[in-house]
Amino acid sequence: MSKGEVVLLDCWASPFCLRAKIALAEKGVEYEARAENLFGGKSDLLLKSNPIYKKVPVLLHDGKPMCESTIIVNYIDETWPSPPLLPSCAYERAKARFWADFIDKKVFDAVCNIWKSKGEVPETAKNEFIEILKQLEGALGEKDFFGGDSLGFVDVIAIPLTCWFYAVEKFGGFKVENECPKFSAWMNKCMQRDTVARILPDPEKVYEFVITLRNMFGIE
Amino acid sequence: MADEVILLDFWASMFGIRVRIALAEKGVKYEYKEQDLFNKSPLLLRMNPVHKKIPVLIHNGKSVCESSIIVQYIDEVWKDKAPLLPYDPYQRAQARFWVDFIDKKMYDTSRKTWATKGEEQEAAKKEFIEVLKTLGGELGDKPFFGGDNFGYVDLCLIPYYCWFYSYETFGKFSVEAECPKFIAWVTRCLQRETVAKALPDEKKVFEFVSVLREKIRVE
Repeated sequence: MSKGEVVLLDCWASPFCLRAKIALAEKGVEYEARAENLFGGKSDLLLKSNPIYKKVPVLLHDGKPMCESTIIVNYIDETWPSPPLLPSCAYERAKARFWADFIDKKVFDAVCNIWKSKGEVPETAKNEFIEILKQLEGALGEKDFFGGDSLGFVDVIAIPLTCWFYAVEKFGGFKVENECPKFSAWMNKCMQRDTVARILPDPEKVYEFVITLRNMFGIE
Repeated sequence: MADEVILLDFWASMFGIRVRIALAEKGVKYEYKEQDLFNKSPLLLRMNPVHKKIPVLIHNGKSVCESSIIVQYIDEVWKDKAPLLPYDPYQRAQARFWVDFIDKKMYDTSRKTWATKGEEQEAAKKEFIEVLKTLGGELGDKPFFGGDNFGYVDLCLIPYYCWFYSYETFGKFSVEAECPKFIAWVTRCLQRETVAKALPDEKKVFEFVSVLREKIRVE
């Protein structure tokens, strides 16, 4: 399904880049992923394409840059409409955007509060993380996916963050499966999807990456 | 069948003002319900259990939360009049980016211009001016962020203007002196009846901010 040249400025461990990759894969769109070295020196293209934040992901469609992963996924959904990620009903769309916004505001910060802890992870950090997952369980309800019967916008926004959960579990000394079984079941359903399974990196590799980050920030 | 539209809001909220402008642009009749933010109503807590914040739009009994999401919802439901977001997906992505930038940067920075003092306040002033300059750069020579027409970004940003008098008075600076082009854009927006009617009196906002400052003991 060619509709111009698509380039993604990327970092393999970034859950935000993974969102864009899953969305593009779901739509069957071919693209070139260009790995950015976020610590060694960002490329001129990145700095020019995202002068405000200088962050990945950046999606370039026929040379036109777009930033912020949720906005990028929205754009992908509008430009390549099949199969749809956002619902067709305006109210359901508003609900999907609400939960995507909730995930953006809460999940990664809670993840970082755990792995950035010096020494033992405070109970408050663990409880906050679990509480957030429980709220998402409430939003999921009895559905297989946030999108209903199939992967939707909120699933694409949420699932990439889960490849950081193994690291969170190791540092926090708990298991998502025990604390939030419904959420864990949703994760497994998503991983049965080919696009998700082949795009999400090995959580062990993410864990090693997090250890590297901790060393870089001088956290013991 | 007539739509039932209710807005749970607070008179001085720049986020609530966004929704009021959007509804006015679309000519939608609605019931405005002022909320006491220090003593939240059961209705608000039921309609926004996750964040417990205003604004909340209740459309035929179903609630929509988060101002930028509400505005997009309004634009999609009442699509026959006054389009707010651009038609083109790339332009739409750009508009969403700038509203997201405003949401990330304006509130916390602007709050610190009146809610802090000393070095923290000085740093906040500098950052606030930088944010306005960045937005000014994006505006360029266009009359509005939306181009020739008032649009989504303009609508999401202009409500902050009624708080500028408070930022400037407590922060001891002048937006016009620092960013004259920005004020020129404000003037253009205020010529729009929907905007002029929706923005509360800046002196009333100042009185409210004065009370807030006492509550959080700034001096």
